[in-house]
Amino acid sequence: MSNVEKVSIKPMKIPRIKNGTVIDHITSGNALKVLRILGIPKQNTYTVSVAMNVQGKLGKKDIVKVENRELAREEVDKIALIAPKATINIIRDYQVTEKHKVELPDEFRGIACCQNPTCISNTGEPVQSRFIVLDKEIPRIKCYYCQREPDDISDRII
Amino acid sequence: MDFKGKDIISITDFSKSDINVIIKYAQKMVPYAKGKEYTRILDGKVLSSLFFEPSTRTRLSFESAMNRLCGRVIGFADPTATSQKKGETLADTIRMADAYSDIIVLRHHLEGAARLAAEFAEAPVINAGDGTGRHPTQCLLDLFTIQTEKKHIEGQKVVLLGDLKYGRTVHSLAYALSLYGAELAFVSPKSLQMPKEVVNECKEQGVNPFSTSKLEKVIHDADVLYVTRIQRERFPDAEEYSRVVGSYQINKAMLSNVKEDLIIMHPLPRVTEISPEIDATPHALYFKQAFNGVPVRMALLSLVTGVML
Repeated sequence: MSNVEKVSIKPMKIPRIKNGTVIDHITSGNALKVLRILGIPKQNTYTVSVAMNVQGKLGKKDIVKVENRELAREEVDKIALIAPKATINIIRDYQVTEKHKVELPDEFRGIACCQNPTCISNTGEPVQSRFIVLDKEIPRIKCYYCQREPDDISDRII
Repeated sequence: MDFKGKDIISITDFSKSDINVIIKYAQKMVPYAKGKEYTRILDGKVLSSLFFEPSTRTRLSFESAMNRLCGRVIGFADPTATSQKKGETLADTIRMADAYSDIIVLRHHLEGAARLAAEFAEAPVINAGDGTGRHPTQCLLDLFTIQTEKKHIEGQKVVLLGDLKYGRTVHSLAYALSLYGAELAFVSPKSLQMPKEVVNECKEQGVNPFSTSKLEKVIHDADVLYVTRIQRERFPDAEEYSRVVGSYQINKAMLSNVKEDLIIMHPLPRVTEISPEIDATPHALYFKQAFNGVPVRMALLSLVTGVML
């Protein structure tokens, strides 16, 4: 038997982090949009690891790990828009010290643009896009300005 | 609801009892709107009439309403003669109107314009139509008309016909009629069906509208037939417009089996969708409906300024 065959092969796709935040159960393929919504990483700051299309118990998912930064709940909740099943784990000294599911806020601004090309929010007026959440369980939102419900908000993330 | 200082942006911002207050107060305004009685309640008040899109009835009836209450009107009906032409934002135009007047009436070609205006103005903003979005004062005058003619709105069988996709008046009206538990039928070509948001709003009020492309399925049983124009200016391309223009035309022959007291309404302008031969029939109510814009808008101007008759 060769040396190579003796090695137990169960590679860890992303190493554990000592301190920081793990966002788990992100809808497969949406990890990069999640990062865009959260505005991370900022240049020359904390380390961020991303795994996409990871096989989990409930199917494929994405995972994001942010080292040395604890993301606040209200900061992360807005990702429920495109990753409604995501969970947030706060890690301290390799241990999960807090864990919760994301929940959509009542309203959010500046994350996505309205899909209606004739909405006033798309025309260079001095306002941020603004959406009202109609249903938090099955994400349903409408534009505050034109009152339209977008078909697929994930395509409209700024 | 305390109406003083309130923006009138969408009919969905109002409850049924709010709407009833406006309708009742508008009844009181009728003799003043006809010039049979006289009042000076808005003496010293100034209204900014900002029309970024063409209008005949809405603009003139707002101006008439303000004049009948002895207020003054400033503004424009042609935005090419304003600083918008130089690239000024709507927000800045609204800031100026806010500085010069006590009420702002805005018509704009973009959806959500009135809601944006309300963010930048201290004065109450009244939406006089925003793109294909909302037209709450038209809705209120439509409800006023049905209430006046039929004595109640509850349970009326109302057919909304024509361009239900781009027609903003029917979007507001469908929701408001649902508040009153009216029975709704939506008749349109398939490509011009009512947007899902509006259908959902009706369903949330417990009304399940019947949708069809065939008017003959519902006209015989209707109490109100609300006709709309297929609006060339709303279509993204001419080909789509040419496919549906002339889909419906109401003529005398079509009215042979309708209820005797059917009323036909139209927000106007009409083109070919109602034949002129209908004008002389007792069913035609659209010109009276257009007059009703004056007392309803007088009521609103009085309510939002908090100066009552």
